[in-house]
Amino acid sequence: MRPTAPLILLAVAVVAAGTLTACGSGSGSDRNTVKVAFIKDTNAKVTVRDDYIRLVAKEFEKHNPGKKVRLIPIQASENDYYTKIQQMMRSPRTAPDLVYEDTFLVNSDIKAGLLRPLDAHVNTWADWRQFEPAAKAAARGQDGKTYGVPDGTDTRGLWFNKKIFRKAGLPATWRPKTWDEVLDAARTVKRKVPGVIPLNVFTGKGAGEAAVMQGFEMLLYGTGDNQLYDPASKKWVTGTKGFKDSLSFLDTVYKEKLGPEVSDALSPNIQTNVAAELLPEEKLAIDLDGSWLGQQWQKTGGGNPWPAWSTTLGQTPFPTQHGQAPGRVSLAGGWTWSVPQKSQQPDLAWKLIQTFQSKKNALEWCVRGAQIAVRKDVAADPRYLTSVPGIGFFTSLVQISQYRPALPDYPKVAAAIGEAMEAVTAGDASPEKAARDYDAALATAVDGKTVAKP
Amino acid sequence: MTAGAVDKAPALPRAPRRTPVRTRLLRWSPLAPATVLLLLFLAGPIGYCVFIAFTDSQLTGQESASFVGLANFRRAFGDPAFRNAVVLTLVFTVVSSILGQNTLGLALAGLMRRASRPVRSLTGAMVITAWVLPEIVAGFLLYTFFERRGTLNALLDWLHLPTQDWLFTLPIMAVSFANVWRGTAFSMLIYSAALSGIPPEVTESAEVDGAGGLRRLWHITLPMIRRSIGTNLMLNTLQTLSVFGLIWAMTRGGPGNRSQTLPVFMYDQAFLKSLIGYGTAVALLLLLVGAVFSVVYLRLMREEV
Repeated sequence: MRPTAPLILLAVAVVAAGTLTACGSGSGSDRNTVKVAFIKDTNAKVTVRDDYIRLVAKEFEKHNPGKKVRLIPIQASENDYYTKIQQMMRSPRTAPDLVYEDTFLVNSDIKAGLLRPLDAHVNTWADWRQFEPAAKAAARGQDGKTYGVPDGTDTRGLWFNKKIFRKAGLPATWRPKTWDEVLDAARTVKRKVPGVIPLNVFTGKGAGEAAVMQGFEMLLYGTGDNQLYDPASKKWVTGTKGFKDSLSFLDTVYKEKLGPEVSDALSPNIQTNVAAELLPEEKLAIDLDGSWLGQQWQKTGGGNPWPAWSTTLGQTPFPTQHGQAPGRVSLAGGWTWSVPQKSQQPDLAWKLIQTFQSKKNALEWCVRGAQIAVRKDVAADPRYLTSVPGIGFFTSLVQISQYRPALPDYPKVAAAIGEAMEAVTAGDASPEKAARDYDAALATAVDGKTVAKP
Repeated sequence: MTAGAVDKAPALPRAPRRTPVRTRLLRWSPLAPATVLLLLFLAGPIGYCVFIAFTDSQLTGQESASFVGLANFRRAFGDPAFRNAVVLTLVFTVVSSILGQNTLGLALAGLMRRASRPVRSLTGAMVITAWVLPEIVAGFLLYTFFERRGTLNALLDWLHLPTQDWLFTLPIMAVSFANVWRGTAFSMLIYSAALSGIPPEVTESAEVDGAGGLRRLWHITLPMIRRSIGTNLMLNTLQTLSVFGLIWAMTRGGPGNRSQTLPVFMYDQAFLKSLIGYGTAVALLLLLVGAVFSVVYLRLMREEV
């Protein structure tokens, strides 16, 4: 080749690169728009969160003339939502300015440097004092900084249909003391009320973190202390009896056909099915689920309102395995509003967070979303206390609620738990084998930071 | 080697006159933008992909990625889930592409040559509709067909036959059938073209010689369309190896990992478990599987009868 050849090549490359990137730069955000990414229910009829966010956005635009809020609803199952926002946050071009983060994931995203610390803002924000200490810690990184403002929390327990219970001869004041009593009630329903699914426990990979938290950890945390993570040695726990027993419980539910059809239980749509069909159509007797379930049956739910739910459904705490103290189990989670590191309008985003979490709007969300308040002034508000039937019950669970290990590795551990559940539910592995496979997968996921607790 | 080179030496002056560099460059210059674009948008991402496969890059939960050498590949070969995915990929490819689409496409093309015009256009239209449908639409259609309360079981029930939860009991077969349904049109089109290229005299003379249908197929038709068979097999296989949307829509690789072929495994690792590095390494291994198939087919095509 002649010496000029590389020159020509280079020139062409420069010209091409110039024109091509020029096409792209127009898509960057303008200075008056703040972009908000959040999850939208896979059931398009359910618009609880969309409606609320639109309401707040309108208020924000009114108080900040010239500013615009662009909503980016992401209609997806939870797992797909997490993947999507992580990809969006990697580039300044696609990063939203405000993102709705599940607290189970927030530490992992903090470690990956995807989020921005908000300390400078929250420390000068008068309302921050109103937040419960546990809520303030919800999005605290390993570095002690705060990376998000929670908009509510949630607890978990058993929902049961009193009408079906009456037919089965079970009391409307049902209060099981052990796992066996839960199973016995389910067996009674199966025997006496055919055609009804006795008990739903979320399981498998399809339901994602919902299955791990509502399903598995509600069981595991009732078998003993620190069955998942050992804070003393800062290691993840393997080989416990509690883990195997929890898998055995699931095995019993699905082997004895006390749960939904296995293929339905493993489908990613099961959460939507339970809330939108099985419970309102009174095809499910007992459901181990979250405190927010009522949100889409209310007038503001957008979907199919079901006013009778408040009298039809009862709530009761989920018991520990053998009734050991404290006798009830609940896990608390929730979501936070966070600002991505690559946000183009971080200050505007912070202003929007303040609008979201003003007392008025926080209250509105707690009422619409059947959330448990994280602001003390909201928790004391009469409108909150009378908002949703059962809110008192679920709020009372907060004091015994436990939290998932708030560690960057947790999402990977959760994925491994999901696989163990799926293997047992599908009948591909015995609880013992699935527990062994989990131990092996765990070692890979957390780089061998495990400790055996047989 | 050296001896040969010495022998050839005297022949050098006879070599064609070399085109001047300037002319060659001029000839190439209209192609330059295309070359640059290819390098930028084809070779670039592939190179980046290869690079990522040797790192422990993650979507979340990690401060910075580092180079880990062959660790991802070692991990893949030691991972029972990966081996399971390889086996399922081979089953899926052999059943749905080689046995299903290919054979069925040839049979349809052969039958349609003899069919009456209306039958031919009707069948053709139906088969091609399946091919034209976007993958994800086809996936959902077939999901509703195979699902427990789906069309197939409704039909079986109506006929008083035992029903079967296909997506749960034998999901890899369900997705294989789905892929046959979707992809047969392509083979049919290729074979229709190939069959119409066989001169009628050849078939007729074989018939005069007393060759029956099967013998004509084996000794005349198949050898004459050998190249089309090779091309079709190669395209089919490569396409089937990378089928993702269809399986994802129907089963998500489940239940358990009973229908988790390599592309689904790769997606699961890269995007659901956030292990981009490992997922990319699996993608490269998938490329390798495709390359092995291609080499086999290319050899088959080159061989003279």
